[in-house]
Amino acid sequence: MTQKIIVIGAGMASGRMLEHLFDAGADVDVTLFNAEPRGNYNRIMLSPVLAGDQTYQDIVTHDDDWYAQQGVTCRFGEKVVAIDRAAKTVTADNGDVLGYDKLVFGTGSNPFMIPLPGHDLDGVIAYRDLEDTERMMSLGEGNKAVVIGGGLLGLEAAAGMAARGVDVTVVHIMGHLMERQLDDAAGYLLRKALIDKGITVKCSANSKEILGENGKVRALLLEDGTELPCDLLVMAVGIRPNVALAQDAGVMVGKGIHVDDQMLTSDEHVLAVGECVEHNGALFGLVAPLYDQAKVAAQTLMGAEAAFVQKEISTKLKVTGCDLFSAGDFADADGREDIVFRDPARGVYKRLVIEDNCVIGAVFYGDTADSAWFFGLIKDKTDISEMRETLIFGPAYQGGEPLDPMAAVAALPRDAEICGCNGVCKGQIIDAIDAGAVDLGAVRATTKASASCGTCTGLVEQVLASTLGDAFQMPVAQPVCGCTDLTHEDVRRLIKSQELKSMAAVMQELGWKTSCGCHVCRPALNFYLLVDWPVEYQDDPQSRFINERKHANIQKDGTFSVIPRMWGGITTPDELRAIADAADKYHVPTVKVTGGQRIDLLGVKGEDLPDMWADLNAAGMVSGHGYAKGLRTVKTCVGTDHCRFGTQDSTGLGIKLEKELWGTWTPHKLKLAVSGCPRNCAEATCKDIGVVCVDSGYQVSIGGAAGMEVKQTELLVQVATEAEVMEVVNAVTQLYREGAKYLDRLFKWMNKVGLDWIKEQINDPVIRKEAAARFDLSQSIYRVDPWAEHVREKASTYKPMAEFKLEAAE
Amino acid sequence: MSDWIDVGALDDIAPRGARLVKTPLGCVAVFRTADDEVFALDNACPHKQGPLADGIVHGRAVTCPLHNWVISLETGQAQGADDGGVNTYPARVDGGRILLETSFLQMRAAE
Repeated sequence: MTQKIIVIGAGMASGRMLEHLFDAGADVDVTLFNAEPRGNYNRIMLSPVLAGDQTYQDIVTHDDDWYAQQGVTCRFGEKVVAIDRAAKTVTADNGDVLGYDKLVFGTGSNPFMIPLPGHDLDGVIAYRDLEDTERMMSLGEGNKAVVIGGGLLGLEAAAGMAARGVDVTVVHIMGHLMERQLDDAAGYLLRKALIDKGITVKCSANSKEILGENGKVRALLLEDGTELPCDLLVMAVGIRPNVALAQDAGVMVGKGIHVDDQMLTSDEHVLAVGECVEHNGALFGLVAPLYDQAKVAAQTLMGAEAAFVQKEISTKLKVTGCDLFSAGDFADADGREDIVFRDPARGVYKRLVIEDNCVIGAVFYGDTADSAWFFGLIKDKTDISEMRETLIFGPAYQGGEPLDPMAAVAALPRDAEICGCNGVCKGQIIDAIDAGAVDLGAVRATTKASASCGTCTGLVEQVLASTLGDAFQMPVAQPVCGCTDLTHEDVRRLIKSQELKSMAAVMQELGWKTSCGCHVCRPALNFYLLVDWPVEYQDDPQSRFINERKHANIQKDGTFSVIPRMWGGITTPDELRAIADAADKYHVPTVKVTGGQRIDLLGVKGEDLPDMWADLNAAGMVSGHGYAKGLRTVKTCVGTDHCRFGTQDSTGLGIKLEKELWGTWTPHKLKLAVSGCPRNCAEATCKDIGVVCVDSGYQVSIGGAAGMEVKQTELLVQVATEAEVMEVVNAVTQLYREGAKYLDRLFKWMNKVGLDWIKEQINDPVIRKEAAARFDLSQSIYRVDPWAEHVREKASTYKPMAEFKLEAAE
Repeated sequence: MSDWIDVGALDDIAPRGARLVKTPLGCVAVFRTADDEVFALDNACPHKQGPLADGIVHGRAVTCPLHNWVISLETGQAQGADDGGVNTYPARVDGGRILLETSFLQMRAAE
C-alpha cells in the first residue's frame, strides 16, 4: 500500500532523505511543504552567490522537473499551521486538511536575532536564505554594512559584501573570531587576513543599540559609545532549531526535536531530520551528520533497520580565501599536551592536542594540506609515540631518520634561502664569513640575514657553526624563557618594528613554542604591549602576577597587604581615622608605617579587599600601588612649608609629581623623592629618580636604588622651574618604559644605554617634549584608581564562587 | 555512578584564571584554561601552601604566586626539579556550568 508522507520543510536534509526514498523505489506519495517559495537548494553555497562567483540557478539541488518526475506534490510558499497527531492530519495555512501515514519534520533552524533596541528596523537582516543574500547583493560601492557576529556565517557575509566594494565592519563580542572553531592564535591570523581585505574587525565589542531614521537602520551603537554608520545590518550570531510547530503538536522537544537513533520522535509516526533535531543532547549544523540522518530516516520510513551514530567531525573551511581546519576535542579531559608549529613568514599556524599518545584535536590555519591525514589519526586513535618528534610536519616526514638540525643545515645547498625577510641565501652568508664576518653581528651587518624579523637567527648561527667549525662559539644570549629563543631586546624591537599589538600577534609572528606562554613571558609581553600600544592594546589581568591582578601585595600566608596612597607622604586626621576604622572593621592584625611614608595594613583576606577599598575610596583615598611594577611613592621632606633650611616647595612638587605619575606601569618598581635642600632628608639620591632642590632650581638625578644593590643617583640635568622638572621626569620615565628589559630597575637600563645617551635625549628639547607627550597619552588611559574600578566591576570575583557547609558535605 | 555538583558558571572564571570553592575542609581552586577546560585542585602549593588560585595559568599548569613552583593542573604534581603534589578532583563543564565530582567534599587530605 502506498504510504502517504508529508514533509515539512524543503531543506538539504529532507531533500537528501527524499532522494534515498526515490532511489530505493519506495512506494510513497509525498507532499512537501516549504515556507520559502522555492524547493531545495544548497544553502551552503549562498556565500559564493553573495560573492558573485555563482548564481542562484547554480545552487538549485532539486528543480521543478525533478519534483514532477518523482511525483512530489509541492506546496512551496505555504506553511503548516497545525498538526493533529491523533487524527494524523496537518492543516495548511489556506485551511486544507491533509492526512498522512508518516510525517517528517525538516523545519531547520531560525537565525537568532539579538533583541537589541532597533532590531526590528528596516535594513536589519539575518543571513539565512536567498532573500537575505539578495538584500546584501543589492549593496555596492559607497554603501556601508555592519555584521554582528564573527563566526563562519558572519565572516562569509562580510567577505561577500566587501568583494562587492561595500565598506564592511564586523562586530564580535568575543576576544577573537570564530572562537568555537579556532584558538587565539588562529583567530588572530584570520583577523589579519580580513583586515588586509579592507574589512574592519572589532572584537570584544558589545552592541548596545541599533539606531534608525524614519524606520530604517542608520547605525550600530556600541557599549563604548562608538557609532558605526550602516545602510544594512546583518545579524549572524547563531541559529536555533525551529521547533515551534513540533512543540505545538506535542512531540517531545528540548533544545531541538528529540529523536532516537531511528530518527523517530516521541510519536512513532513522526520523524525529524536536520538542524531542527536534538539527538543524545547534540544539535547539528554541519552537513555531513545531516546527510547521515537523512539516510537513516529514509530506511526507517521503508521499514528497514538503520541507526544514526554521531561521528567525530572536522571542519575544513575556507573563509575569504584563508584555509582553516579544526577537528576533535579541545575540552574537558586530563593528560593532554600541545604540539605547536608556527611559520610567521607564510602565516601558518598548526596545533595538535595529544592525549595518551594519540592526537585528539587539531587546529590548522593557512596550510590545511595534510588535514585529512591528521583527521585520520584522530578518528583511528593512532598511536603516534614513534613519530612524535616530526608529527607536526605531516605525513611526508614520517618513516625517515630523525634529522640532526646541524647536519640538515650543513647539507643545504648554497642557494637555499636562510633569511626570508631579506632574501639572503646560505651562499651569501658563507661568502661573508669567508670575508671575515665571524659572528652573528657581523653577518647581520654585512648580509642583513636575520636583521628583520629575527626568527632565522638560529639558522644563521648554525651556518656560522658549520662553516667555522670549532672557531665559532654559539652565543649564549638569554632568551626570555623556554617559550622562545628571542631575547627581551629582540622581542621589544620586533613588537615595535612589526607593529604587533596583541599577545596572540607576538606569539604567532615571533614563533612562540607554546600555545599560551608561561608565567615568565606573559607578564613581560603584557608590559611591552601596553607601553608600545597604549591605545590599541587591552591590558590582560590574567598575564599579571597576582599582586597586580588583585591590586594588593600577597603575603606568605596568602593574605594581602593594603596601602592607600598618601600624596607626597601628607595625610589628614580624617584619612587616618578612615584607615583606623578599616583596620578595625576587617580585623587587620598588623598596621605598619612604610619606608615610602605611608601606612600598610597587613593580613587582609583576599575576599575582604573590595569592601575595604570601597571604605577607603569613600574617605577619598586611592590605591597606593605598593604592589606594582609601577610608580610607588614620591617621598618628600617638608621643604619651605616649615623647614628653616628649605629652598623650594619640595612637598608641593612631590605631590604634583605623584599626581602626575601615579598609575603608570614601569619595567620594575619606580620610586621617587624630592628633597628641599642638599641635606636631602627625603633621601632622594638613592631613588630611581631623585630631585634635590637648590637655591637656583632643581637637580634631577637618576639611577639610585636601595635594595639588593645600593646605588647612588647620577645627575641627569639641573633645571630652573617646576614645570621643567615635570617634563624631564615624564620624559625619562617614558624612555625607561620604552627601552628597558622587563624587571630591570632604572639603574640597570641606565648602565646598558649609558647615562650620556639619556642626557642627549633629555637635553634635546624636541625629543624630551615628544617623550613626555607619549607619557601623557599613556597616562590618559592608565591614570585611574584600580580599587574603584574593581569595586565597581569585579568585586564578585574576589569571593569564592561557591561555598559548601558541613551539612552539604555529609 | 558518581555524583556531580554544580559550583557555578564557566563564565564566572576568567579564561586562564581560577576561583575558589569553599568547603569545610579547606578551599578547592577551580581553574579555567585558555581552551575552556576546567580543573579542580587543593588550593595549597605542596611547597609552602601558597594559594594556587592566585597563580598565573599557562597551558595546563599554574605557577604558584609565592615561589614560582609550577604545578600541573592535570596531575597536581610539581613540574621540573621540584617535588611534591596536591590532590586533584574530577571536574567538567556541561552546558556552560562547572561540575565537580562530590569526592572533593569528602576526600580532602587531612591537614
